[in-house]
Amino acid sequence: MIPEIGHLALIIAFVFAMGLAVIPMWGAVRGNSAALNLAPTLAMGLLVFVAIAFAMLAVSFLKDDFSVAVVAANSNSLLPAIFKFSALWGNHEGSLLLWVLILSGWMAAVSWFSHGLPSVMVARVLSVMGMIAVGFLAFSLLTSNPFERLLPNIPLDGNDLNPLLQDPGLIIHPPLLYMGYVGLSVPFAFAIAALLGGRLDASWARWSRPWTNVAWGFLSLGIMLGSWWAYYELGWGGWWFWDPVENASFMPWLMGTALVHSLAVTEKRGVFRAWTVLLAIFAFSLSLLGTFLVRSGVLTSVHAFASDPERGLFILIFLALVIGGSLLLYAVRAPTVASRINYTAVSRESLLMVNNLVFTVSTIIVLLGTLFPLVMDAFSLGKYSVGPPYFNAVFVPLMALVMPFMAIGPLSRWREDSAARWLHELLVPGAVVVVFALAVPLLFGGRFNVWIALAVLLSGWVAIGVLKDLWRRLGVGSGYGLRWQTLTPSFLGMATAHLGFAAVVMGAVVVTQLNEERDLLMEVGDVEFLGGYRFELTALSRQAGPNYMADQAVFEITQGDKPIATLIPEKRRYFASGQMMTEAAIDGSVWRDLYIALGEPVEEGAWAVRLQFKPMVRWLWLGGALIGFGALLTVADRRYRRQSTVKSAAIAEATGLAG
Amino acid sequence: MRVKRFIPLAAFALLALLLFKGLSIDPTALPAARLGQPFPDFSQPELLTEEVIGASALQPRPALVNVWATWCYSCRVEHPYLLALATQGVPIYGLNYKDESEKARQWLSELGDPYRLNITDRDGTVGLDLGVYGAPETYVLGPDGVILHRHVGVLDEAVFERDIRHFFTVPGRLAQASTQEGGE
Amino acid sequence: MHRLLCALILVSSSAWAVIETYEFSSPDLASRYHQLGQELRCPKCQNQNIADSNAPIARDLRVVLYEQLEAGQTDAQILDFMVARYGQFVRYRPEVDRQTALLWWSPLLLLVLGGLGVARHFRKKEHYPDQRLTAAEQEQVDRLLEDRIP
Repeated sequence: MIPEIGHLALIIAFVFAMGLAVIPMWGAVRGNSAALNLAPTLAMGLLVFVAIAFAMLAVSFLKDDFSVAVVAANSNSLLPAIFKFSALWGNHEGSLLLWVLILSGWMAAVSWFSHGLPSVMVARVLSVMGMIAVGFLAFSLLTSNPFERLLPNIPLDGNDLNPLLQDPGLIIHPPLLYMGYVGLSVPFAFAIAALLGGRLDASWARWSRPWTNVAWGFLSLGIMLGSWWAYYELGWGGWWFWDPVENASFMPWLMGTALVHSLAVTEKRGVFRAWTVLLAIFAFSLSLLGTFLVRSGVLTSVHAFASDPERGLFILIFLALVIGGSLLLYAVRAPTVASRINYTAVSRESLLMVNNLVFTVSTIIVLLGTLFPLVMDAFSLGKYSVGPPYFNAVFVPLMALVMPFMAIGPLSRWREDSAARWLHELLVPGAVVVVFALAVPLLFGGRFNVWIALAVLLSGWVAIGVLKDLWRRLGVGSGYGLRWQTLTPSFLGMATAHLGFAAVVMGAVVVTQLNEERDLLMEVGDVEFLGGYRFELTALSRQAGPNYMADQAVFEITQGDKPIATLIPEKRRYFASGQMMTEAAIDGSVWRDLYIALGEPVEEGAWAVRLQFKPMVRWLWLGGALIGFGALLTVADRRYRRQSTVKSAAIAEATGLAG
Repeated sequence: MRVKRFIPLAAFALLALLLFKGLSIDPTALPAARLGQPFPDFSQPELLTEEVIGASALQPRPALVNVWATWCYSCRVEHPYLLALATQGVPIYGLNYKDESEKARQWLSELGDPYRLNITDRDGTVGLDLGVYGAPETYVLGPDGVILHRHVGVLDEAVFERDIRHFFTVPGRLAQASTQEGGE
Repeated sequence: MHRLLCALILVSSSAWAVIETYEFSSPDLASRYHQLGQELRCPKCQNQNIADSNAPIARDLRVVLYEQLEAGQTDAQILDFMVARYGQFVRYRPEVDRQTALLWWSPLLLLVLGGLGVARHFRKKEHYPDQRLTAAEQEQVDRLLEDRIP
């Protein structure tokens, strides 16, 4: 009964999406305001029915309804309830439904928060998003129906969720990531709507900005969480593998970074118009491309869903229509009059142009590296692999290239600035950073490491730029007290995100350079020293969990005579699938992680163990969190809320005069 | 000036074509690196006779070299077909890969022995030189001892007819052809 | 069915950390071992290097790596050894040759092209009139404005 309701709801949702794709767009073309104003209602209807479908699937999972194929394939009666729920999106069909749910959510949000916008614009935006919903719902209903049944032979129990996914990480990472992926459809829709309406001035940029920032913020958080999850879940302490699926999420982020900055320029100065539209189209296109790469089986990845070239073809056709269509629209409708170049070569605009350039090049490079094996194979030039050694070699220098500009950026003036003024502002702080960069590695690491010095230099430089901007805004030393009101959410968000970026760079370089690890055989009573800490294996035991049996090793860690932590890594065997899993034990702090993972039992009472000392690894994720939250913070800015009060005042005045 | 605006579309079109091609390619298929090279020489005992043999013992050719082991489930699945091929006159040599010889002998006596010779490769060194990365794999050895093809996975009739048949003359005449070619 | 079985096995085998204890005759060899372990791809796995994978072939290749390092082979020799048997596929950092030129030269090429584009963009400014007034124009404006002052 419940799966049938869900299926029906999905079909009704599809009808709403079709309506949304057609009616408001027609209304926009014909100037029919009744049709236009139907858009928010249709969007709400879409959300309601997708939500019902989602809820029905969730109930099926929670009630162990193994007649539903995805439940049987991904769940189990012994699975803890929270994982039964999140198993919903731990597979291809269910995750598609999550995609559509989040898309509907964004559409509803757009219709709620767009009072200040012309209804034609809103109608077009919602219509474009509706078209995307049509595509995904069609994909779901036709090729990947989550409500497919296994009647009449209902399995007695399910296959169980992959133990790797039985983790809180599964609960948050995909939803956050999808919030980002899907959220980029909003600036995309705004860009398309602007192209359709022929209105490519600063206003579309101003309306898109808060949406873009939020989507990008969520994407940042999603990626950061994915990295952290891989770190503690997979057992060898790695945090980024340049795997095709990871790259599929990273490319929209890189393009999104360029977009976030480019929108600022278009909003404030009315320039970069064509560039910004293109970036908005590309950012979401890369999201869609990611969907294709992950689900089509075209690339090998540890993360990919079970692949199916038939589904791949459907997504590719959808991709061709959406991306091809939008790029065609761009080619035909993009501003034929180039923006007036009303800025000099030394200005904030030019710095942001460099930013656009570097992040666009980075995106292309990641795309090229990810697709290179496919290119070579398609031309029968052999089977190649492109992995972390390549990506690290080419990507890191690019980020290093953009960082010097990041400090100057916030301080720079629009339109026209002078290098001399930059020098004046940053010479002293710069010198301080250089001295610090040379001294710090010696203070902490004991030995001079040129990479760490470089990282401190660049990150410190970025931090200095932010602090200098803060200093200037507050008006320190002006004699009038501190101007706290200048610290708008917009500024604070930017500052937080930039500091977060600097933190990520620091964390990445330090943990790569100063990581210490040791693989060894240990028995109860054995002691090992690593990174200045003493690790002692004090006990081995067995422990049962809700759906697994675990071998445990108890480690006591001390530093000098100070007890630091007791860590208990496990080796688990899950009952339902018989799969083995390692659960690493981590003692984390801001400055270092102590990481222990069990290998295999070599003989009775002796285990192969990996001990790791990972300095500053948390800076990666703390930095990532700062980037994400910084972006989210910017939308609290009053100027986005001021719009509605100004408009209502204007209306009141107008009606008062008319009446 | 107008043309510039079509560049992103053109680039995307190329990408879409590439991805379309990609849908028909299997990214996990890995052709043998030793294709076109002579079968790497080795010095290992034969499974049943324990006599030490090398690559030159793999006669007559053309022939199949089948990588198998008792721990490999799929090898059991393809075994009946190998027996069928052997009765048709196709020379098949076995590479008993990372296995226990006693178990292997028992397996063959229970299930039948399609192999003219079986190379014992306890620690996988022969497999390593060949580029084996799992079992079952089947190599096609040409008349001059050169590796002509590799199939990864279960060998069945469909695969043989499609990919391997053309390396052999008509089965009935196989014995004739290989004695004619003789030599290395 | 077999594909599914193998896929399951692959997934589960990737689920535990691979820890072997090798005694190296020098710390330099140990660090080269770690580094090369990350440069070499497991031929069978779903995109893992031989250091992180628990597939039997990955384990075998680690042993080979250890032996070759202890035997004094250089990094290049070891990589060539692996490539001879498993193809270019097994290298995560493709060799820099004519085939991979596109891959290795693109980053620099793109940056240079982009830089040229930016440079050209700013040189174009010459076609737009300078928005600052010349002295003569300024005088003209002043005179006009003065006339307006009642």
